[in-house]
Amino acid sequence: MADKQPPAGDNRPKLALHVPEPKYRPGDAVDYSDIDIGEPGSMSRPDETCSPDTMRDHAYGLVRVLGDDDNAAGPWDPRLSPDTLRTMMRNFAMVRAFDERMFRGQRQGKTSFYMKCTGEEATSVAAAMALAADDMVFPSYRQQGILIARGYPLVEMINQIYSNKGDKLKGRQLPIMYSSREHSFFSISGNLATQTPQAVGWAMASAIKGDSRIAATWVGEGSTAEGDFHSACTFAAVYNAPVILNVINNQWAISSFSGFAGAERTTFAARALGYGLAGLRVDGNDALACYAAQQWAANRARANGGPTLIEYFTYRAEGHSTSDDPSGYRSAQEREEWPLGDPVMRLKKHLIALGEWDEERQEAMDRECAELVKAATKEAEKNGILGHGLHHPFRTMFQDVYEDIPWHLEEQAAQAKHEREVKWPGEEPWS
Amino acid sequence: MSTQVKNKKGAETGADGERRLNMIEAINDALDIMLERDPDVIVMGEDIGYFGGVFRCTAGLQEKHGKTRVFDTPISECGIIGVAVGMGAYGLRPVPEIQFADYIYPGLDQLISEAARLRYRSATEYIAPLTVRSPFGGGIFGGQTHSQSPEAIFTHVAGLKTVIPATPYDAKGLLISCIEDNDPVIFFEPKRIYNGPFSGFYDKPVEPWKRHADSVVPEGHYSIPLGKARTVTEGEQLTVLTYGTMVHVTEAVCREQGIEANILDLRTLVPLDIEAIEESVRKTGRCLIVHEATRTSGFGAELSALVTERCFYHLEAPVERVTGFDTPYPHSLEWAYFPGPVRIGEAIDKILKD
Repeated sequence: MADKQPPAGDNRPKLALHVPEPKYRPGDAVDYSDIDIGEPGSMSRPDETCSPDTMRDHAYGLVRVLGDDDNAAGPWDPRLSPDTLRTMMRNFAMVRAFDERMFRGQRQGKTSFYMKCTGEEATSVAAAMALAADDMVFPSYRQQGILIARGYPLVEMINQIYSNKGDKLKGRQLPIMYSSREHSFFSISGNLATQTPQAVGWAMASAIKGDSRIAATWVGEGSTAEGDFHSACTFAAVYNAPVILNVINNQWAISSFSGFAGAERTTFAARALGYGLAGLRVDGNDALACYAAQQWAANRARANGGPTLIEYFTYRAEGHSTSDDPSGYRSAQEREEWPLGDPVMRLKKHLIALGEWDEERQEAMDRECAELVKAATKEAEKNGILGHGLHHPFRTMFQDVYEDIPWHLEEQAAQAKHEREVKWPGEEPWS
Repeated sequence: MSTQVKNKKGAETGADGERRLNMIEAINDALDIMLERDPDVIVMGEDIGYFGGVFRCTAGLQEKHGKTRVFDTPISECGIIGVAVGMGAYGLRPVPEIQFADYIYPGLDQLISEAARLRYRSATEYIAPLTVRSPFGGGIFGGQTHSQSPEAIFTHVAGLKTVIPATPYDAKGLLISCIEDNDPVIFFEPKRIYNGPFSGFYDKPVEPWKRHADSVVPEGHYSIPLGKARTVTEGEQLTVLTYGTMVHVTEAVCREQGIEANILDLRTLVPLDIEAIEESVRKTGRCLIVHEATRTSGFGAELSALVTERCFYHLEAPVERVTGFDTPYPHSLEWAYFPGPVRIGEAIDKILKD
């Protein structure tokens, strides 16, 4: 039909392709006054067994607890004890200290790669603290806060980042792609959103077995565009799986703003409505709101009330990774103008407002965390840093592809051994 | 077999007292046994629950084992494989079905990036002991999207095993092995031979399985080891490496032409039974590879390379490949596409001429 195209000047209007564009680019002044963040305490807290279709407001609004006055307000206040709040604060401080040191470690050439979670600490730390220790988590790559909240040893994390001979994953995985079955922390994959249907499957398995454990998964807003996320939502709804689908909307997927995942027209929490999932949209920089939302969803799942999709509205304060320079695509002012502030500062000010904390103790804690991370780094460096010889034996490259090594891999292993003998005569070839 | 009686599964028992099943019944039997033996086995897929599957392979299983063991899924291959990986991480042993191999592609990322690598990347903390069952292959006027043979996509993936049965006896024993195996397995069922061993002579009626010796399927549990080929016919003139439907087509052609071929039904493509292949080719000095999948970068290329590398000084003729053409699977021209008796016969003539 190509020859039947109307000629130019035909009276039908010309169609125009809309290509989303973020509001601010490098050098632009930032004004976020149009973002409606609502009032802390203004959202109702529905019963955990409520029907998803009664939660429209919760999918478009924003659950907030901590206000500008640093006090907790409203029905979503989880009423955590000062000790729990101080534990949360310490986890925050530890994540921040860890990120700082590992970022520097990458710049110093001790490893190839690192990703910080600055500004998003509450979405992993507070959420993890609201789950039971044996609830299974299927994280993406920016939830190191879960491991720290669950007490995973820092040395193990650094061994993995350095791919050294202490690395439990035997140097096979890119840095930060942790795995710890002991901590009910699923192996991180580089392929985005694949963990979301897996979390649903794990939750289905738990339900099939009449277990009481639930699953939770984390995915960035950019990755919600993957087909896997649609599959996860569909399966979660169809089988009423005891799963929590956490969407971290940090506004940026590398250089692409959230508009490329559909954020210009709706919220990510609102996607829950179409699937028949409970949907909550929360202030992702409000540690208490993050805790409360995860706790609500966990209670719902445990009571066979089914899955919940939670959108954490937050901001990726740093570059995507050590390979990324955000000054190439966004305004440097965004971070300071972000209307929801910094999650760590907000919790600190809340604890101080409660009279349970002060700047001196915070400084001491920050110092202590920095020292602990430094000591863990030194400990881990005894096992080597990337490319300095202290790696796992060569033979391990061929192990665990299958349960048993098949003949073709045995032959390839023999080739690798031979190459080692040629390159380093006299050395133990499998070391 | 005049005294045959139908059992409740529709299987037949011959006068010899031996139970005879077609491939569908053998697969159903394997699933039934594994659901019975292992409470962690879960069977799921599109239309496989209440209805019993579009090919009847899961008929009666939901009624017998319950809806939480055998259930229907949304139409989402990515979801089916993805949730199966999660179930495996929990400790279940899922047996997902993909209705046609042609529709496995939406699940490829979950298979290649996740199931295949989970053991390796987590250093054995997590495994994906799934068995993905899927009908494959043509010869049924299935057109482009009900006929494909995508095995080479999977044999190329480190961490996956690929298994293809050619008889009811093997289908049951291999499927049980796959379900018991701790690695992810792609189990392709040649749907052309679900009901009988198709000879490739499409204008002749297909004999039902019950007249074939390999339809004698014992009751209860038995397994056939993965990675072991089966000798279909003994012969000195040439070696034929094949699998699935093409086992029977090749056998029929050799019978027609009076060729004494050493036909190996590979049964498992990865890990491959290289010893059986080498032994046979060194004996015969000639090798024909037959598969239905398209030619370029098909599994035949890997077989040809291995035979050439490992048996070069024993070869008396170039290794030949008979395959589907490098086109999408056509509907009306099916029998011009299918690697049938003429293509196989001419390849054999060519190999034997040298």
